[in-house]
Amino acid sequence: MNEKVIIVENLTKKFGDFTAVDHISFDVHKGEIFGFLGANGAGKTTAMRMLSGLSLPTSGHARVAGFDVYKENEKIKQNIGYMSQKFSLYEDLTVKENIRFYAGIYGMSNRFIREKTAMVLEKLHLAAEGDKLVKSLPLGWKQKLAFSVAIFHEPQIVFLDEPTGGVDPVTRREFWQMIYEAAESGITVFVTTHYMDEAEYCNRVSIMVDGRIDAMDTPQLLIETYDAISMDEVFLKLARKATRAAD
Amino acid sequence: MKQFIAFVKKEFHHIFRDKRTMFILLGMPVVQIIIFGFALTNEVKNSRVAILDPSKDAATTSLIAQIEASRYFEVDQYIHSTNEIETIFRKGKIKLAIIFPSHFREDLQHFNKAQVQLIADASDPNVANTLTSYASAIIMDYQNRITNDRKLPYTINTEMRMLYNPELKGAYNFVPGVMAMVLLLVCTMMTAITIVKEKEMGTMEIMLVSPMKPLKVVLAKAVPYLLLSSVNIASILLLSVFVLEVPINGSLTLLVAESLLFTLVSLALGLLISTKVDSQQTALFISLVGLLLPTVMLSGFMFPIENMPLPLQVVSNAVPAKWYYTIVRSVMIKGTGFQAVWKETLILAGMLFFFLGLAIKNFKIRLA
Repeated sequence: MNEKVIIVENLTKKFGDFTAVDHISFDVHKGEIFGFLGANGAGKTTAMRMLSGLSLPTSGHARVAGFDVYKENEKIKQNIGYMSQKFSLYEDLTVKENIRFYAGIYGMSNRFIREKTAMVLEKLHLAAEGDKLVKSLPLGWKQKLAFSVAIFHEPQIVFLDEPTGGVDPVTRREFWQMIYEAAESGITVFVTTHYMDEAEYCNRVSIMVDGRIDAMDTPQLLIETYDAISMDEVFLKLARKATRAAD
Repeated sequence: MKQFIAFVKKEFHHIFRDKRTMFILLGMPVVQIIIFGFALTNEVKNSRVAILDPSKDAATTSLIAQIEASRYFEVDQYIHSTNEIETIFRKGKIKLAIIFPSHFREDLQHFNKAQVQLIADASDPNVANTLTSYASAIIMDYQNRITNDRKLPYTINTEMRMLYNPELKGAYNFVPGVMAMVLLLVCTMMTAITIVKEKEMGTMEIMLVSPMKPLKVVLAKAVPYLLLSSVNIASILLLSVFVLEVPINGSLTLLVAESLLFTLVSLALGLLISTKVDSQQTALFISLVGLLLPTVMLSGFMFPIENMPLPLQVVSNAVPAKWYYTIVRSVMIKGTGFQAVWKETLILAGMLFFFLGLAIKNFKIRLA
């Protein structure tokens, strides 16, 4: 657990006069589940976009999967997976076609795709549904499938942007079960969420307020430090200090 | 390359799964050619004619027989007094009335002069013009035949030849127009919409975090529509040659090459639109109002550009379809070679690079 796969130092992003992300620093270890919390507009998404190579930082340093975010973002892309809050599978393609497509754009070999597809479908209990259109699946299954697709190419890190939005509690639990399994297999999980009970599932969480990281620790220690009974309370205490309006 | 193929495959899955869209894409050119070819023709055929012939002599009978024989006219009824003229035109069926005087033949023989009145329904001025000139031509023809027997001091015979389109078929004009319209619609609209759809769905973001280069994404999006357009080019040409009997007088290779160039321009425009807008509705609206309308109005297909006010003539130069339309007419109908259309080709190529460059530049900015 000591190998650092994400190293961030004073990372900053400005849009004109507005500082969306203000000198944040943190490290994430291999196989860790790192919760990235913050109210809407706190700068989470911007930070995540910089780490995933979608957006260039204004200043500061960051290395993701051992690669520099300024110069080597193409290499970063090969080594990360990404699942956004918007549902990201094609509804008019079948389950298998979706998998084949996403694996294809990561340049996986046909043999690898064939073997792993069978494995993934087996695990999701979707073996019989492989040739069905994704739109015919219930939301929970779609979400789990989207996660399996995001880690299909066996990335070092997977970025999950509010992955459980709109999903029922049972499916959320199952979803987190999958996240644990992925972490155990060595994939680092970087996750943003609005659900504070989910924050408690993380190994460590950071809480962003107005573009800065105000607190970062294990959920238990944060609860003790802020003299709270749950992460919910910790979050409220910190978020109340925010001066920036939510977007 | 593997990425690219995976992407193109996926794009075809989208297209083939959406039966309705596919039907529109491939059926539209066929339907348009048929509609323009058989229904919306501006040729004047079998127009109904009313005749007032009080003299009923050999001359008028022979003239009426010739009018009846022409494919432009169909004698619908004979009227018996000038009072009826107003009434029959009001009913709307009759497009032209031919009024002979009483004693037509006597006038002709004794005074060397006779009059025929042509009354046309000019609520459609083009049709009225065409009909009166066709009728005059038939009458002139008759006059020439009867004067052959006598010697006139001076005669000037006009002899007309309609070059490239001797039968004055409308199809010669609209086939190039339909080609421009269909290619523009399929390429520009569909490309813009599918890319914007990926943005709306959030799948574009996934694509951008993947190792696939943005340029590849864009090209992979365009390839299926390029192929679809080739099918459309083929079906339009086949229909026009075998169903509408419009010949391809010039080189087929040149025609196809120019069509592909125009297809690429349309694709580039579609890409450009997709980088500028964020919703499918906006993309659709811009493609239809911003592109289809100018294409129909300003390409010369519906209205001759020479007759437009100067500002519109200037604007028409920015419409890619105008240049393509000119090229297709030259190559397909007039049968000219590349040396006659190199200027237009160069302009289209310039537009292609301009739109494509702008699209790629915008696409990159979105990533920063």
